[in-house]
Amino acid sequence: MTTAITIRGLAKQYGDHRAVDGLDLDIHEGEVFALLGPNGAGKTTTVEILEGFRSRDGGEVTVLGTDPQGAPRRWRNRIGIVLQTTGGLDLLTPREALASTAKVYRDPRDVDEVVSAVGLSDKADARIVGLSGGQRRRLDVGLGIVGRPELLFLDEPTTGFDPQARRDFWDLIRSLADDGTTILLTTHYLDEAEQLADRVGVIAAGRLLALDTPTALGGRQGEEATVSWEEAGERRWVRTATPTAEVARLAARSPGGEVPELTVTRPSLEDTYLTLIAPHLADDTTAAGS
Amino acid sequence: MTTAALGWDRTVLELKMYSREKESVVFSFLFPIMLLTLFSVIFAAQFEESVSEGGMSAGQFFLPGMLSAGVLLTSFQTMALSVATERDDGSLKRLRATPMPSTAYFLGKVGLVGITSLVQAALLLLVAELVFGVDMPTEADAWAFFVVVFVLGVFSGTVLGIACSSLSTSRSIGAVVIGPMIVLQFISGVYIAFDNVPTWLQYVASLFPLKWIAQGMRSVFFPPEMAAAEMSGAWERGLVVLVLVAWGIVGLLLCVTTFKWYKRGTT
Repeated sequence: MTTAITIRGLAKQYGDHRAVDGLDLDIHEGEVFALLGPNGAGKTTTVEILEGFRSRDGGEVTVLGTDPQGAPRRWRNRIGIVLQTTGGLDLLTPREALASTAKVYRDPRDVDEVVSAVGLSDKADARIVGLSGGQRRRLDVGLGIVGRPELLFLDEPTTGFDPQARRDFWDLIRSLADDGTTILLTTHYLDEAEQLADRVGVIAAGRLLALDTPTALGGRQGEEATVSWEEAGERRWVRTATPTAEVARLAARSPGGEVPELTVTRPSLEDTYLTLIAPHLADDTTAAGS
Repeated sequence: MTTAALGWDRTVLELKMYSREKESVVFSFLFPIMLLTLFSVIFAAQFEESVSEGGMSAGQFFLPGMLSAGVLLTSFQTMALSVATERDDGSLKRLRATPMPSTAYFLGKVGLVGITSLVQAALLLLVAELVFGVDMPTEADAWAFFVVVFVLGVFSGTVLGIACSSLSTSRSIGAVVIGPMIVLQFISGVYIAFDNVPTWLQYVASLFPLKWIAQGMRSVFFPPEMAAAEMSGAWERGLVVLVLVAWGIVGLLLCVTTFKWYKRGTT
């Protein structure tokens, strides 16, 4: 598997504060990678170094075979960036903004295709200032992909979305991933990472704490499951390494073989994540910036 | 696309945004034309005696000042406000994330300012001649000098405006730029005759480009005998050019050394 992004011993310091402190990470071509971490963990600093917006103090970084620090402008033909902040362009229409952005790329996507891919066909000729938060964010993604990037950076793309808008947005990201675009996603939403990412990296205090698939992160698969049911009007639960046997036992003794209100759960990604970062939170709340 | 083609594309986009912003159209593009009309009507009576003796009408008197104010508004004010806003709302960072050469962005700004100020000046001249019967210069060298002052004024206004956009955030850049600009217009002989300005204030005004733009414009549209009312008693066309070139160079250097694509604190 070829790597889209290689990070070795990345370091960045602001005064005495080590924002990124010896980070090693490989992101493969064609994968969706979610970078998780509390505020001040070094996510934004790391991503902005990869995007070529920030310089680093130490380590080696390669993005699509090029060092982003001092990369030539033509390198930007191959990457797309959806910034955390959204704004500007108020007086233009989505079609105008996309068309003018498309022109600066070597091999852009068709503007109409992008308009419909991001679900803005109805709003293509309306002023951007009148778009809803979700529509505006989808336009940001449209602007990020109109240059047909091999690698797309998505920085907290669904903050402030309603549930339906988030589902629609996820479908859009999945379709990009299906087309082979490598995606580096930073997010605060664990369900978003779980839905979209092939792999998840958790960073805190500028270091990588865990790296795995969302289902296996932090040994989730090996954890004991919780079997819960209702009996004599009371909620009962038991933690077990053999939930199937437990369910069979319960079924055998329940009238009609049906266990009332039965659930079998394992620790959620969120539980695992919070356990992982807990030791680092005290440090991070005093850290400046992110 | 070539950088020049992208620059033209940016120009068209900038013109679209500019023309859709009613505030900028009214308060920078139409403002000098409205003021010329207003002043020519209000002060018509006071200029009656002058006109009857073959002297200047109110329209002729205010035309150079309004041309100068127009240059300042469409170049300096438009640039300072729009670049500060674009930096704050992330538009500049977004552009920086694309392969667009930075030259294309600046060409777009130059195109916007060039076209709006040119159309504005043309409208001012038309209104002055057709509505208020101002006699236009007939000598080619007067018009040649007009073009020189206009181009140098617009250029220095543009680069100084871009440089000043870094002075503040979009929230307060309006106050930071517009307040001093109004003061400058009063002491530079735009709204009131420059020889009515106290000498020490004339010296203060001489430090800034607007006084020299206005003086250059007066040298084109005023009768020759009015040169006596200038600080040195002459039009000093050579000095006008020299000062505006110097400000253009200073502004360009400030632009190049201070321009930031991201607002402070976000890299």
